[in-house]
Amino acid sequence: MIVGTSGLVLNEKLLFEHSDAGRKGYSLPALDVPATELPDGLCRQEIAGFPELSEVDVVRHFTRLSTWNYGVDSGFYPLGSCTMKYNPKVNELAARLPGLADVHPATPDHLAQGALEMMFRLQEALAEISGFGAVTLQPAAGAQGELTGMLVVRAWHEARGSKRRKVLIPDTAHGTNPATAALAGFDVVPIASEGVLTLAEVEAHMTDEVAALMVTNPNTLGLFETNIAAICEVVHARGGLVYCDGANLNALLGIARPGDMGIDVMHFNLHKTFATPHGGGGPGSGPVGVSAALAPFLPGPWVIQDGDRYRFAGSSESIGRMLAFHGNFGIMLRAYAYIRSMGAAGLKHATEMAVLNANYVRARLEGGYHLPYATRSLHEVVFSDRDLPNDCHTLDVAKRLIDYGYHPPTIYFPLVVKGSIMIEPTETESQETLDEFCDAMLAIAKEAEMNPDLLHAAPVRTRVRRLDETAAARQPRLRWEGVGEKG
Amino acid sequence: MRYIPHTRDDVAQMLGRIGVGSLEELFVEIPATVRLKRPLQLPAPLAEPELVRDLKALAARNATPENHVSFLGGGAYQHFIPAAVDQLISRSEFYTAYTPYQPEISQGTLQAIFEFQTLICQLTGMDVANASMYDGASACAEAALMAVRLTRRQRVLVSKALNPRWREVVTTYCRYLDLDVVEVGYGADGRTDLDDLAARLDGRVAAVIAGYPNYFGVVEDLAALARLAQGAGAKLVAGVNEGIALGLLKSPGELGADIVAGEGQSFGIPVSFGGPYVGFFAARMKDVRAMPGRLIGETVDRDGKRGFVLTLATREQHIRREKATSNICSNQGLCALTATVFLSLLGKQGLREMAGQNLAKAAYAREQLGRIKGVDLPFAAPGFNEFVVRTARPVKEVLAALEQQGILGGIPLGPDYPELADAFLVCVTEQHRRADIEVLAAALAGGAA
Amino acid sequence: MEFPEEFKYTEEHEWVQVEGDLVIVGITDFAQDALGDVVFVELPEVGAEVTAGKAFGVVESVKAVSDVYAPVSGTVEEINEELPDAPEVINTSPYGDGWMIKIRVSDPAELEGLMDAAEYQAHVAEEH
Repeated sequence: MIVGTSGLVLNEKLLFEHSDAGRKGYSLPALDVPATELPDGLCRQEIAGFPELSEVDVVRHFTRLSTWNYGVDSGFYPLGSCTMKYNPKVNELAARLPGLADVHPATPDHLAQGALEMMFRLQEALAEISGFGAVTLQPAAGAQGELTGMLVVRAWHEARGSKRRKVLIPDTAHGTNPATAALAGFDVVPIASEGVLTLAEVEAHMTDEVAALMVTNPNTLGLFETNIAAICEVVHARGGLVYCDGANLNALLGIARPGDMGIDVMHFNLHKTFATPHGGGGPGSGPVGVSAALAPFLPGPWVIQDGDRYRFAGSSESIGRMLAFHGNFGIMLRAYAYIRSMGAAGLKHATEMAVLNANYVRARLEGGYHLPYATRSLHEVVFSDRDLPNDCHTLDVAKRLIDYGYHPPTIYFPLVVKGSIMIEPTETESQETLDEFCDAMLAIAKEAEMNPDLLHAAPVRTRVRRLDETAAARQPRLRWEGVGEKG
Repeated sequence: MRYIPHTRDDVAQMLGRIGVGSLEELFVEIPATVRLKRPLQLPAPLAEPELVRDLKALAARNATPENHVSFLGGGAYQHFIPAAVDQLISRSEFYTAYTPYQPEISQGTLQAIFEFQTLICQLTGMDVANASMYDGASACAEAALMAVRLTRRQRVLVSKALNPRWREVVTTYCRYLDLDVVEVGYGADGRTDLDDLAARLDGRVAAVIAGYPNYFGVVEDLAALARLAQGAGAKLVAGVNEGIALGLLKSPGELGADIVAGEGQSFGIPVSFGGPYVGFFAARMKDVRAMPGRLIGETVDRDGKRGFVLTLATREQHIRREKATSNICSNQGLCALTATVFLSLLGKQGLREMAGQNLAKAAYAREQLGRIKGVDLPFAAPGFNEFVVRTARPVKEVLAALEQQGILGGIPLGPDYPELADAFLVCVTEQHRRADIEVLAAALAGGAA
Repeated sequence: MEFPEEFKYTEEHEWVQVEGDLVIVGITDFAQDALGDVVFVELPEVGAEVTAGKAFGVVESVKAVSDVYAPVSGTVEEINEELPDAPEVINTSPYGDGWMIKIRVSDPAELEGLMDAAEYQAHVAEEH
């Protein structure tokens, strides 16, 4: 069955083009104190072009826009490395309870015991899941968690009088890793992998100038770094630390713990592993776990238990705050609700089903698409467009999948595979969904042979077709330019 | 488990198709030496009704405006949120989508963020705004780093009257990049001390960062700051601590700011114990290629129809790697959407009216409190919706006494400003009724102060 | 793909045309093809010193960015003022209107180290 079909697609202008002078979509009580004015020279003129809309205008506008989107609730979303699992609805309720959503971050600790206890429980749960000695919940997203982790690495070295400036990063790493290392003041040394990192490659580069090795485990090919324990030993023996990008933790819950492998620092992506929604690009949450030796350097404050009370505490060796407040509390609540719903057995089951699903997709598509690495996959599998005929490439497959009603997999990443197609089904998809998706993938491979124009023209069922990204970059139009007139 | 659809039969069939005998076999690549040999020690799973009870029990142990009259601000503000905001952002096509990497099926997110960028440009008076940052503090730190890139200088001057937590984040970000972060003092009126700034400005300074309004709720003389900074070849970064103020105050762009970094929590986002919030970031078009974060641009599709895409991505980490303008990878998508919906509902009149009510109520509170014996208002410069209160009795005792009466009186300033150990920060918004302000005044007059 | 005989080439895919003690520099047909539609070009200022093997500019497509390296050391004598507004010329005319800078060469001996067209063609074949 083709999941995608055509239907009524509504047009919708920009907010500013709807605007009509005098309309409003709000009501405030009458002012019950004397009106005041700002002193001369401080007050602005009316904001030119700012929208004027009724509540109905606004509701219809955004409802229509929403129908042009595709979310996990719309259908299968096998984006590799992004862990697009289902986002449970009770977690949304959790974040909206007034007793949690309306707590001000400057509330004295003794009047925020419920909020603090939840944070403490989440810190403890993440520490247990990952095998680390301490966890900070503060970082706002994976990339900020990475930065936090690398600043902690740097602080640990500095505290020992070590001036190490180099960081080893394998070619399978996320693009954020080199950018993060640079932001923490390190020089990046790329190292090669053969699907997985070899001990020899790490040994060859691990000098006394190297502060850390950054790895992703399982890596972006969906492969477990089988030499990880020995690699950690070598790095430690030569005075370095090992950072792990935790983006792929969904493959390991209840099976193995990064802390037990010898890894010193790792960030979590609550929006991946712990089912919090991706929000169309955020907000995420990127807690960081570290070994006990690194704990004093974490950004403060964190929550401690003090008798039967909870309170914020910090350390004089801390790298300092990463955000104005305590992190993305609303996202922490969702992850907390998820972990409490799943329990230990549920989390392990999730990992097992995620790995089962990835291997099932792999078994079904092998033969239809080129599989560059034969090693057993964990939670995701990487194919390539090598064997596609008639000038059909990964991008064309992705766009054609849209016509079939699916969000495409991650494409052209990881870079080590040319034309990569990276599929991460996650555990929340049924065999039936996977079969329909695999049928679509195989049908597209056939189309590439018989009727490649279908791929090159795709998508045709969407509100807009392929967009001119070159024009967008050559002549950037980054805001609506009209000045108030109706469009 | 209700989120996982597999039946026993499904699992057996799927294993058969894969060609393995058990789930265990799927994990053969993980060496036994690093396996966890016991179950995770986590609390037993909760059914949905039990979970809801647990959450409500946690919720019951926090102070909120439902059970306290709260005058807490300091970078997080309790404003009215129209019901339509949460209804619209709860459309799961928005909140369960990923980053809009496939523009043909992400036009909802893309157009909304393009509208967000436009609204932020209009509010700040700047040419170009990005798709958002984590929060105001990290946006401010990114602004400092952008100024460093633009000027190739290594020193950042930060007003001491900037939100102290933002100052700390700027320092954290600059920590290992061989940059100096130097503080500039504030004057007796609560504004950044222009003489001190002038004395510290030289050819080494990349950026001057000041709050607008600043942490004391005071409106800085941004035009004077811009003149001084730019006179020395440095960039002026305006750190907007309270977004609603832009409904009334002259825009930082009009006053000459080079970069505006601000907190958009006030635009429809609950205070939520500190996050998630949304940082906004705006600059001049000539500097667009030095900006951090993602940008949405307008273009056309194959049929000439208008559409939106992620653009100028070569600045970003996934392409430029260690030379990227930032390592930021996400934006605060849903929070940016929230702000967009909120600002659309308020619109031109509403934002001004809401800002006006904040101004008036804070002014009324100032006046009421200023009359009380033992209460002093140290800073005379014009403010917006917050102000500093100095009391004769120790702040700790004053706030504890207010707490006894169900009032969260404000944020003590002593921990961040030892010289203001006898003062706290009071925030008044449109959410406070006249009676709430009078309750605070009466409690202070009745002995709390 | 074109490899004009009269030019010299670098391993980093720049071409060099010698005109007395000036050289004209651009990126090769192979480089523009690999990069895709060029959307942005950053050039040094006239008078800037460039060093052989060091980056003097940047070319960007929608999804890729590449430094452009100076084939020889010297002073930038002239830049192609048209490029910032019409970067697509690099795609349509890499060896002609898409030229990037003219360098007054400080050490003519450096020209000896560059590849000729046949060598460059072999280099490209190897890399591809």
